[in-house]
Amino acid sequence: MNIFDFVIQYWPRLLAGSGMTVAQFFLAAILGVTIALMMGLMKLSSNKLIRGSAVTYIEIFRGTSLLVQLYWIFFVLPLFGVTIDKFTAGYVAVGMNIGAYGAELVRGGILSVPKGQWEAALAINMSPAQRMQRIILPQALVNMLPPWGNLMIELLKGTALVSLISVADLMFETKQINSSTFLSAQAFGAALVIYYILARFMVTPFMRWLEGYMARKMGRA
Amino acid sequence: MFDWKWEFAWEILPRLVTATGNTLLAAGAGYAIALVLGLALAIAQRSPYRGLTFVVREFVEFIRSTPLLLQIFFIFYVGPQFGIRLSPWMSGMIAIGLHYSCYLSEVYRGGIDSVPKGQWEAAIALNMTTVQKYRRVIIPQAIPSALSGMGNYLVGIFKDTPMLSVIGVAELIHTANAIGSEHYRFLEPFTMVGIIFLAISLPAAGLIRLVEGRVRRKLGLK
Repeated sequence: MNIFDFVIQYWPRLLAGSGMTVAQFFLAAILGVTIALMMGLMKLSSNKLIRGSAVTYIEIFRGTSLLVQLYWIFFVLPLFGVTIDKFTAGYVAVGMNIGAYGAELVRGGILSVPKGQWEAALAINMSPAQRMQRIILPQALVNMLPPWGNLMIELLKGTALVSLISVADLMFETKQINSSTFLSAQAFGAALVIYYILARFMVTPFMRWLEGYMARKMGRA
Repeated sequence: MFDWKWEFAWEILPRLVTATGNTLLAAGAGYAIALVLGLALAIAQRSPYRGLTFVVREFVEFIRSTPLLLQIFFIFYVGPQFGIRLSPWMSGMIAIGLHYSCYLSEVYRGGIDSVPKGQWEAAIALNMTTVQKYRRVIIPQAIPSALSGMGNYLVGIFKDTPMLSVIGVAELIHTANAIGSEHYRFLEPFTMVGIIFLAISLPAAGLIRLVEGRVRRKLGLK
């Protein structure tokens, strides 16, 4: 069976799996960006306790691997009385992991804003919250967007791991098709191509567009 | 921690230590493959043959934007369809080595691009062959600026070895999973695996920065 016949026969399952992968991607991305902003800001705090907890979070999630975190959240947390269904456990683990990597980008982006901007905001009597929200963060966002593009690809690839706790994403469906048909080359080959299309023709162009959009909004284009 | 049993933790520790050895072995072997193959990919992308450059470039992009987990399955299951039987270790090493060679090729590429143009011209002026040019002039100067990226991916490979558990390589997660289903206890094995990962990757990251600084000083850079 060639790959075209394969796709014609199994497209409903591949599509359903891709849909689940995209859903996991979006939810994990929202969670990841939120955590990254929070932890990135916390790491810059002058309060030792706040800074310390951000550093601990970042080091734990960057120092262990995603699969370990996923299994821990899915298999161990229920023992503490926190039961999470597999769908939620999947995107929560991926999002928390990406959030730790993103926090470093946020921190770097904020530090890259020139000192004069901080001083100017202070000079016109802005509160720290106003300063961060209106002056620093918008400029930091533009600066850190390019590395976020790479991180989003890592995020998409990370969602493949949720198949290991039986979330029916593209990876999971492919494995199921493989074990019932033994058409390994076609099944895994098709999945590779779909992931590639998602990364190269959806995630990357979107991030490029966002970079351009933000740059225009800031009057830098 | 209400239910943590120290006795059980002690009992399973030897098995986890053995598995840690396997994990480190897998990471080391995968890294060795990636180091060599990555260099080949980086140099191929600079070749004067347009076709070759294009194919290698697209190949690297493709591998970098698809999940390692899927690549591991692909190599493990597709081989037998064509009569090539690979052991889990073999296919795991090929998959990890190939995946990271693409990342390392980008690191090398950055390093090679940072070598001043005059050095290339000087090598040509001295009538060096391509092999001599790379071996004696370009690569020795490219490595120092590639060092930090190379170190990061060593830790990266180590953290990605748990994916090998899916094809039955007896590394940490695979062993923890086995212990968990034998004893119906997941708290201790998975928590210990997490701690082992932290205990290795954090000092390793520090050590890599130290070595990097030392090499750079020795070569008279900063």
